[in-house]
Amino acid sequence: MSSRLEVAVALAYRQTTVLLKNPSLFLPPMLFPLMNFVAFAGGLSRLRHVPGFNFSGGYTAFQFVFVLLQSAVFGGVFTGFGIARDFERGFARRLLVSAPERGGIILGYAIAALLRWLMIATVLTVVALIAGMKVGGSGVDLFGLYGLAILFNQVGLLWACGIAMRLRTIQAAPLMQTPVFLVLFLAPVYVPLHLLQGWIHAVARVNPLTFLLEAGRGLIEGQPTQLAAAFGTAAILLAVFMVWARTGLARAERAG
Amino acid sequence: MEVAHQVWLIARRSLLRTARQPGTWVPPLLFPLMLMAVNSNGLRAATHLPGFPTHSFLAFFIPFSFMQGALFASGIAGVDLARDIDTGFLNRLALTPVRGSALLLGQIGGALGLGAAQAVVYLSVALAAGVHIDAGVGGAVLILVLAVGAAAGFGGLGLFLALRTGSGEGVQSMFPLLFFLLLVSSMNLPRNLIEVGWFRDLATINPVSYLIEALRSLVIQGWNGEALGLGFGFTAALIAVSMLLAARQLRVRMTRT
Repeated sequence: MSSRLEVAVALAYRQTTVLLKNPSLFLPPMLFPLMNFVAFAGGLSRLRHVPGFNFSGGYTAFQFVFVLLQSAVFGGVFTGFGIARDFERGFARRLLVSAPERGGIILGYAIAALLRWLMIATVLTVVALIAGMKVGGSGVDLFGLYGLAILFNQVGLLWACGIAMRLRTIQAAPLMQTPVFLVLFLAPVYVPLHLLQGWIHAVARVNPLTFLLEAGRGLIEGQPTQLAAAFGTAAILLAVFMVWARTGLARAERAG
Repeated sequence: MEVAHQVWLIARRSLLRTARQPGTWVPPLLFPLMLMAVNSNGLRAATHLPGFPTHSFLAFFIPFSFMQGALFASGIAGVDLARDIDTGFLNRLALTPVRGSALLLGQIGGALGLGAAQAVVYLSVALAAGVHIDAGVGGAVLILVLAVGAAAGFGGLGLFLALRTGSGEGVQSMFPLLFFLLLVSSMNLPRNLIEVGWFRDLATINPVSYLIEALRSLVIQGWNGEALGLGFGFTAALIAVSMLLAARQLRVRMTRT
């Protein structure tokens, strides 16, 4: 157990150091959620006047939850890019040979993804508060909101990790991010679910992210809703993608 | 060799190179369509806002696809030139009688070809989805011209970035900043309906808003001289400025070589 943890901590330290020393790797994932937040919260706030828009926390808070979850999952996906790069450059293969406990490898990347997202989340939260975001939820509610985001961050990492370890090339990057992007934008991004019309309403109703999004918005508003569905969905996704990542690691081991 | 012939040879190479790499042109073709499908439905509720200029959010949102396609064109033009710098092709070309202007105009060929193909596809999909072009057939042609012009303008910026940074990664890392121009424009709502003052101000000083509004006017308003004048004016200015910057940067790079 201790060697697994040692591998994980060493790998997380290495990934975080590489990230901080390379602005080209660190800045785009940091800027993208901020840009989305500015564009959505600033440019679309008039949507709160659409008949039936009943979110009481203001449009900034409404969009903050989406961008927070988006940044969380992409924090995981971008770490997946790093895993693919490690395979392309031979580092991951050397790691497979030298790590006494290979289970620690996924754990290390997971810790790195979490640290990476925590930095982004801090900046995003500060910007949102400066922009005048109203927070109706209590400390416990906010703990729940950030807890949901952490789970989603790990789901994103495990999904991308499974792809990266199977394909072992950075060319797999579109395969890691495009499905995530689709899932994100097939949820009620701009208006609540009941205001969506047509096929996108039908898709959003069964989209797992919708539960997380609605629960998150309820938490920041101070009116928790659908918490069991949201945390249950996140736990199921986590379990499924843990198997996906672990079998990906097994494939990488077999490939040598 | 005439300059026109030089431009043609380099443009043909650029076009063929783009066409032979589906990984280069498929995502820029499909991604804006995907976003158009998702956002035009997700934001349909906006048409209920008092003062919203049309009942079809798809018709309102179509210019976004053209502009996003043009942004992708900037990446393609820039990354291709950066690769030529990286592989030494540009240095070898410098030993031939090819003129700098021919090099720049030719290098943008792939982006222009893709820009034109994208514009035709987006317009066809929009028409198939039931969008009516208020300005008629002439308006549809003008939409294609403006879209290709925007691709040329952003393609020129891509060339400048490639010559400035000399690396594909450098060009790619600037993409989010160019995308930001699209995000802080009137792409999602008309400027008079943007509620937040600083955002409305940013959208007003952002040239991309005028490109979008010119395209949009042809779809939902018909012939609006002011919108078209501003749109074509800013497109011409973008092409002129970006090519001027690229030409200056080419001279700097050639001097270093």
